Amino acid sequence: MEELFGGFSLGLFFWQAVLFLALVFLLRKFAWKPILDSVNDREEGIKNALDSAEKAKLEMENLQADNQKLLKEARAERETMLKEARDIKNKMIEDAKGEAQEQANKMISQAQAAIESEKKAAMAELKSHVAGLSLDIAEKVVRTELSNKDKQLKLVETMLGEKSLN
Amino acid sequence: MRRKISLKPITLLLLLLTFVSYGKEDKQHSESGSDLRTEIKEYVQHHLLDSYDFNLFSYENGEKHFGFSLPVILWDNGLKVFSSSKFHHGETIAEVGGDYYKLYHNKVYKTDANGTINYDAEHHPTNAKPLDFSITKNVVLIMIVFAIMFFMFSRMAKSYKKNNGMPKGMGRFLEPIVLYVRDEIAIPNIGEKHYKRYMSYLLTVFFFVWIVNLFGLTPIGMNVTNNIAVTLCLALITYFITTFSGNKNYWKHIFWMPGVPVPMKIILAPIELLGTIIKPFALMIRLYANITAGHVVLMSIIGMMFIFNNWLGSSLSFLLAFVLGILELLVAALQAYIFTVLSALYFGMAVEEHDHH
Repeated sequence: MEELFGGFSLGLFFWQAVLFLALVFLLRKFAWKPILDSVNDREEGIKNALDSAEKAKLEMENLQADNQKLLKEARAERETMLKEARDIKNKMIEDAKGEAQEQANKMISQAQAAIESEKKAAMAELKSHVAGLSLDIAEKVVRTELSNKDKQLKLVETMLGEKSLN
Repeated sequence: MRRKISLKPITLLLLLLTFVSYGKEDKQHSESGSDLRTEIKEYVQHHLLDSYDFNLFSYENGEKHFGFSLPVILWDNGLKVFSSSKFHHGETIAEVGGDYYKLYHNKVYKTDANGTINYDAEHHPTNAKPLDFSITKNVVLIMIVFAIMFFMFSRMAKSYKKNNGMPKGMGRFLEPIVLYVRDEIAIPNIGEKHYKRYMSYLLTVFFFVWIVNLFGLTPIGMNVTNNIAVTLCLALITYFITTFSGNKNYWKHIFWMPGVPVPMKIILAPIELLGTIIKPFALMIRLYANITAGHVVLMSIIGMMFIFNNWLGSSLSFLLAFVLGILELLVAALQAYIFTVLSALYFGMAVEEHDHH
C-alpha cells in the first residue's frame, strides 16, 4: 500500500484533473452535443420515414381494396346492362314479329276481300255477258225458227220449261 | 486471473529453459547475465515511473539518453520554472534563484548547495519537498491525448453539419463506438430518462482511457494509466458525479435501508456509506493494477529475450511477448469499457427511482 501511494504525484493529479475536466467541457460543447443531437435527429428522421412508409402502405392497401370494390360493382352493372339490352332486343324482335304477322294478316284479309268483290263483279259481268249472248243466240235461233209458227210455239214451250227447270 | 493460469505452462517451460541455458554457461557469462537481469529490472521499474524528461530511449546502462527536456514547475516560496535538463537525469543539483533542488528516486527534493539528502531511520529522505506541478512525461501524453481527442471529435461533429447529418471520414469509424457507449453502456445502466446528463463524461472517459492505454503500448514507452494519481482523479470525478446526482432514494438506501428491520438499518448504514467510497476506490485500483501488471509482464518477457540469448528461448519469448501484446490491446479497450460501465452503473444507482417500494 505504501508503495502504491508513494508513487502518487500531486502534480500529475493536478494536471490530469485540470486537463481532463477541460476536455470534458470542451468536448461537450464542440463534439458530444452536436454529435448526439445529429444522431438523434437522424434516428428520429428514420423512424418518421418508416412510420410514414407504413402509413402509405396501409393507404395503398385501402385504395386497392376500394378499386377492387369499384371494379366488382362495374362488372355487376355491366352484367345487368347487358341482360337488359338482351331482354329489350328479344322484346323488340317479339314485338316486330307480332306486328308483322298482324300486318300480313290484315293484308291477306284485304286481298281476300278484294278478290271476293272482284270475283262478284266478274261474275255479274259474266252473267250479263252470258245473258246478252244468250239473247243474241236466241234471236238468231228465233229468226231461223220463227219462220215456222209451230216450231215457234214449241220452242217457246220448251224454253219456258227449261227456264222453270233451271 | 484466468489469463495467468493459462500462461503458467509456457512460463514454466521458459523458466526451465533459463536453467538449462545457464547450466551450460561459465562463471563469467553468468555474472554478465545477472548484470543484464538487474539492468532489465531497473529498466522495467524505470518505465513504470513518471519522468521529468521526455526520454525516448537510453543505452549504455542509462549513461546516454535520447529525448528532450521538459519544464519543471515548482511552488516553493514563489513559482519556479526551469528546464529539467538542469537535473541531468538526476545526476546534478539544479540551482534556481538561490534554492537547490535534487532528483532523488524520481522526486524533487530541496537540498543545500552540495545536494545533501538526510534520511530518517527507514531510509526515507527527510528533505523538504516543494509543491511540484511539473510538466512531466505523463502530463505531456495527457496533453497529446487531449489534442488528439479534441481534434478527432470536433472534426467529427463538424462533418455531421457539412454532410447533412451523416458522419464522414473518421466519424464513420467513431460513430458506432459513440453509439455503443450510448446504447450499450449509458442507457441500460442509467436509464432512458437520465442518461443524457452523463453522456459527456462517459464518452470522454471511455475514449480517454482507451487512447491513453493504446499509447502505453507504443514503443515510445509512455504510461499514463499506471499512475495512481491519474486513476484516482478519474475515480474521484465518478465519485463526485455519483454523490452530487444522488436523489432522495439513493440516500435513503444508504442511511435508512427500506424493507429491513431497524437494527439491520443501523448496521447497514455505515456499510453502505463505506460502499460509496469503496466503489470508486475499486475503480481506481482496477485500472491502475491491470495496466501496471500488463506492462510489467510484457516488458519482463521482452527482457527475457535478451536474458535467454539462445534461439529457442528468445524466439519463444518473442512469441509470448507478441501474444501478450495482442492481449494487451484487448485489455486497453476492456479496461476503458469496464471503467465506463461501472461509472454508468454507479450513476444509474444514484438516479434510480424505486417505484416498486
